Amino acid sequence: MTLVLHGRKVVPGVVEGEALVSHETISGWGGIDPERGVITERRHELAGQCFTGKILVFPGAKGSSGWSGFFQASRLAGTAPLGMIFTAMTTKVALGAVVTRVPAVLVPTEQHPLDVISTGDWVRIDAASGVVEIKKSD
Amino acid sequence: MKLTDDEKAMRDGAEGPAVAAAMDLLVRYGEALDCERLCDTRNVAGTMTQPSPAKTRLVKEGGWHKAFAVINLDCDEDIEIPDMRVPTCQLQHGFSGDAEGVVPYSKELIELQDDAEAFYGRRGVSILATCTPYQVGNLPVRGEHCAWMESSAVVYCNAILGARTNCEGTASTGAASLTGKIPCWGNHLPENRYGTHLVDVGVPVDDFLEWGMLGYFVGDLVQEDRPVITGEIGQPELVDLKHFGAAAASSGGVEHYHIPGITPEAPSLEAAFGPQPVPESVHYGPAQRLAIYEDLNSQGSSTDVDFVLLGCPHASIEQIWRAAKALDGRTLNSGTQLWIVVPRALKAVADRSGYTETIERAGGRLLTDSCPAMSRAAPTGTKVFATDSAKQAHYLPAILGIDAWFGSLEDCVNAAVTGRWTGGLR
Repeated sequence: MTLVLHGRKVVPGVVEGEALVSHETISGWGGIDPERGVITERRHELAGQCFTGKILVFPGAKGSSGWSGFFQASRLAGTAPLGMIFTAMTTKVALGAVVTRVPAVLVPTEQHPLDVISTGDWVRIDAASGVVEIKKSD
Repeated sequence: MKLTDDEKAMRDGAEGPAVAAAMDLLVRYGEALDCERLCDTRNVAGTMTQPSPAKTRLVKEGGWHKAFAVINLDCDEDIEIPDMRVPTCQLQHGFSGDAEGVVPYSKELIELQDDAEAFYGRRGVSILATCTPYQVGNLPVRGEHCAWMESSAVVYCNAILGARTNCEGTASTGAASLTGKIPCWGNHLPENRYGTHLVDVGVPVDDFLEWGMLGYFVGDLVQEDRPVITGEIGQPELVDLKHFGAAAASSGGVEHYHIPGITPEAPSLEAAFGPQPVPESVHYGPAQRLAIYEDLNSQGSSTDVDFVLLGCPHASIEQIWRAAKALDGRTLNSGTQLWIVVPRALKAVADRSGYTETIERAGGRLLTDSCPAMSRAAPTGTKVFATDSAKQAHYLPAILGIDAWFGSLEDCVNAAVTGRWTGGLR
């Protein structure tokens, strides 16, 4: 089964890969370890999970202004996610997506990307057109 | 994005390749935000000197020019970094020389940072080296467009000073420092500065501990939105609002808020919400207060405290004085360390006023420039720490893998003296 969502371009590019879905916002500084590409916030639903090479699907950024710097550091360390899909625009997540240099799309909450997409689904982002295609894993 | 003639000229290289790279980043960032234009700023607070593994590698590869290009401009070209175009300051960074022999922190990183300070200082970056630039000389005026990082400083800048900044990042502040420009989006626009949620406080909030807990509650409630706080709040002081904002920007992403009758953009409750009607209020009463306290104290079980951390965000001179009074004539437990992190400019005042001597006589230390979270460093072997900062209790367990207790400054000092956590809500 293939589903399609329509968002708007944040960072252009085309990419496809496996989804890693977080229903909670993500902290950059103090929330991830860029050298390992792992979410480290102890009480986070993805605590201990690695986002390297995954399409990160999440509501948006929270916490420190170090968000973009930490995701940029993941790019420099080779541990970055493959792409980003999120629902809430902030300066942190916008700059973060830009300096991580991965295709990124803002999908309106009304399309429920956090419920439609599950971890393990195969996702293709065409950021310029804002189209997100999802092949469900089940 | 619509660029003005001067912005187009910068983008096209009229001011050199570094300014062109800065403008390119601002355009990419502005387009990501779906923002129409840039605005002028003459007040940038960012970070260039903080050591990191990536920066160490880049400096080895191409010196500080390379590090700034990649990290502060997101540019891979080999370019020369010119003087800052507008006043720019360095926020908190790594530990510095005064930490040697106290903090398990590498001498190489201290030397790398010293080297960075010399490079950037020569280009016009003022090394304030604190998360609280508003405490040591960078005090924007109401309505001023700023480009600041550091979530606790951003919320102070917007809410308390009435200046206008988004929560910027390393690259956007780097680009702003060389162009005097920043996307005119979010908090820069008056229509985005009105309150969205009303919080009615039903317990006395009259000390920075209470303000910190209220901030942690409010941040979790509103996330990125703009709360308006009313009810049983006393007259807040700088320290109270420093802790409120830092906590609200940790449990959520609060960048702006109003306290009617107190903060500059909210002369009244109605004014705080502007054209929108005043919404139904959310109550913060004894039950909510207790739940927040228990939440902040849910990251530990052992009451043996190895380490006490005060001063997040960086302590005010009043907090240093209050710690000195609490420590006067007492001696720390042999297995417990107490650090108070402060701006270096206020350390000079504490030294001169004798507070440092009192604190050090008890066995405590004042440390400048950084904090355990920024530098990822606590006393060797620390398993359990105590702090009077909701922000540090929120972040440090994740960063260092240690347990946390949260309580009043006096409860924390008692833990440092006895080695045991006996704090509680009063």
